[in-house]
Amino acid sequence: MRRMINYAPRPGVRLILAALPFVLMIAAYMLASNARLAVEPADKLMPSFASFWATILRMATTIDVATKQYLLWWDTWLSLWRLFVGLGISALLGLVLGIVVGFIPYLRSTFEPFFAAFSLIPPLAVLPILFILFGLGEASKIVLIVFGIAPFIIRDVMLRVAAIPTEQIVKAQTLGASTWQMITGVVLPQVMPRLIDSVRLSLGAAWLFVIAAEAITAEGGLGYRIFLVRRYLAMDVILPYVAWITLLAFLMDYALRRIGAAAYPWDKIKAA
Amino acid sequence: MTTIVFENVWKEYDDRVVLERVNLALDDHEFLVIIGPSGVGKTTLLRMLLSQELPTRGRILIDGEPIAAEPTADRGVVFQRYSVFPHKTVLGNVMMGPQWAGAPVLGRFFGARRRALEERAMALLTRVGLAEHAEKYPAQLSGGMQQRLALAQALIMKPKVLLLDEPFGALDPGTRKSMHELVGELWEENRMTIVMVTHDLPEAFLLGTRVIAVDKPRKDPQAPERFGATIVSDFEAKCRSVRESRVFEAEREKARLALIGGHSVPVDASPVPALMKD
Repeated sequence: MRRMINYAPRPGVRLILAALPFVLMIAAYMLASNARLAVEPADKLMPSFASFWATILRMATTIDVATKQYLLWWDTWLSLWRLFVGLGISALLGLVLGIVVGFIPYLRSTFEPFFAAFSLIPPLAVLPILFILFGLGEASKIVLIVFGIAPFIIRDVMLRVAAIPTEQIVKAQTLGASTWQMITGVVLPQVMPRLIDSVRLSLGAAWLFVIAAEAITAEGGLGYRIFLVRRYLAMDVILPYVAWITLLAFLMDYALRRIGAAAYPWDKIKAA
Repeated sequence: MTTIVFENVWKEYDDRVVLERVNLALDDHEFLVIIGPSGVGKTTLLRMLLSQELPTRGRILIDGEPIAAEPTADRGVVFQRYSVFPHKTVLGNVMMGPQWAGAPVLGRFFGARRRALEERAMALLTRVGLAEHAEKYPAQLSGGMQQRLALAQALIMKPKVLLLDEPFGALDPGTRKSMHELVGELWEENRMTIVMVTHDLPEAFLLGTRVIAVDKPRKDPQAPERFGATIVSDFEAKCRSVRESRVFEAEREKARLALIGGHSVPVDASPVPALMKD
């Protein structure tokens, strides 16, 4: 009998094991749902998969009377637009400020404590300020996302810049590099893989802020829809929407991971 | 011609004296090796020559001029580790210096200029034995190969002085031996000055034409920080005549290669001329 940690599953078994929790969860839901529906056919808390499918089909293929839109796609488009603009601005800010402040000692001394303090402000606590300043439209939602994740990305990029060995920077100088050339030729390429990871880690927070902002005020969006239909206990809309958001987040994470691996192959070699 | 002079150089951190009264005059084409116990300030001495750190007192002159207050292209360096850029291929690493010098904004050559530089870099890589690894990333190379790459990367800038900070410290004995040969040959071929820090005595006397030992001559048991280290011994490791004859042999070998090259194959088939300094 070997120790437990020395038993590893074969690849095929690994796949089955990975699928197992998902299958179990769905099975448990179906059993519970069936049991409830058997007692009360009009039960709203745990609808059957058939009613999920019917609802999604209706929202994806029929035009809504009130908004004149295909609701599922309209909501998805609005939320993703907010998410991408917010994430894009945050990543850009994080990259530029993180590198410049992380690399130049005078700027670092000036702004590092400020960023550290700034990143501790709870973004949702200042949401009312954003609504007052930027109105109830798209601007305040985008600013909320940027407010929420840009400080994290800036600090992460700064840490990565600080982790570049001094030897490399000195070597670059003995090869005649200027500050600009060191930023573009040594620091930026080595920070990029970390920026992608940083954005991946921020995805969850970014979704949180999108949904929070939409819950409070919006004309549409995935978060808005969930909070709107909550009044009617419409679990047949909420649960598929949650699954859909999860799927979108997973796809974005996966795409970022693949982009990082394809664009920066040297970053993954270290393990070998 | 490159001469280095240390004029009464001191290095202090607050109350702690690390180095004191360092005076040294180094002729052209010397191979200076600095030895001494660990933590005594050998590397500090090298860093001051590199301008990575500035002396508290005194000054350092190269060719009679005080050195710049920051690292510049006239002093190349190879550290024990982290001397190469992990995000560039082997060839890309060697090509970085000239591209920075020639393209201030983009740091990148295109077209004919790029091809010419690639040729030069490949000649240099062939010389240090990395030609077949040109497309790999540093992380895919062994420690010895990474140090060869770091040497090639520094040499393409044709520095007046090459500084080596325990460059073979992390290598296994076999690799270390072949690196000794390579560095010795490169030193002859490029006619530059090398300053190396090591704690390996046989290595010091094998490579060095001059070996200096750094240690604390005065010790105060109550205040060990009170006095710094300085040069306590200065050996001429290889006497002039031996060096002159080695230089002569190297010249003859070079002439022979050029002769062979001139008759049978194009001159650039031999990688050696690519390394010759003006």
